[in-house]
Amino acid sequence: MFGKQLTFWIFAGLAGLSSIFVVATRNVVHAALGLAAALVAAAGLFILFGAEFVGLAQILIYVGAVVILFLFGIMLTSQAPGRPVIDNQQRGLAAVVALGIFGVLAAGIIAAFGDRKVSFDVAFPVKELGSDLFTRWVLPFEAVSVLLLAALVGAIVLARRD
Amino acid sequence: MFACGVYGVLARRHGVMLLISIELMINAANINLITFSQLLHDPIGNIVVLFVIAVTAAEVGIGLAIVMMLYRNRSTVAVDELNLMKW
Repeated sequence: MFGKQLTFWIFAGLAGLSSIFVVATRNVVHAALGLAAALVAAAGLFILFGAEFVGLAQILIYVGAVVILFLFGIMLTSQAPGRPVIDNQQRGLAAVVALGIFGVLAAGIIAAFGDRKVSFDVAFPVKELGSDLFTRWVLPFEAVSVLLLAALVGAIVLARRD
Repeated sequence: MFACGVYGVLARRHGVMLLISIELMINAANINLITFSQLLHDPIGNIVVLFVIAVTAAEVGIGLAIVMMLYRNRSTVAVDELNLMKW
């Protein structure tokens, strides 16, 4: 139990620190790599919370595909002439808003669930998840498939040179 | 993590940075969903997170395509120079 607690705090701290790094760094490539670290930490949390399949899917899809996509996007748009674009003039205001949202969310979650213990011991087996996905949730599943197809076609149409 | 994403969306000018910050927010929500799934002993949270991951992949593809088109047409990736439709 204590080991799991420790693992949770390690992953949570890694996720928090790397997301702060993502928004604090001035280099876009560093930000993308920081995003990868945050996503790996989130996948660790998923696996810790018994969601092995979702955790592995997270690593495959996010770290394997989405971050690579980001790096490609940065690479293809990085030769912009003129001054480098980093931040706009709303940094202070944005920090205030972000801290406010953090305070409200933290206070709300602690007030609602602060006294309940997460047990860490319920695992969701892949078999159960799969049969659930293809029986109760088959309609949303198909809708997501069509959405992915449409997004793919749309992205190709948008990014095509004509 | 969610707050970091909000800060990134509000403070950054780089189009790709905006997308990265949106990813952060989505992941914070995902962690919350998984946690409640464990807390309430209900696999629905896991399934919803799977859907969210799929939709996010679609969103990133479209978003990066838009950023690339913006770069090609205006040769900038700063979103606050996108004032074409302002009056």
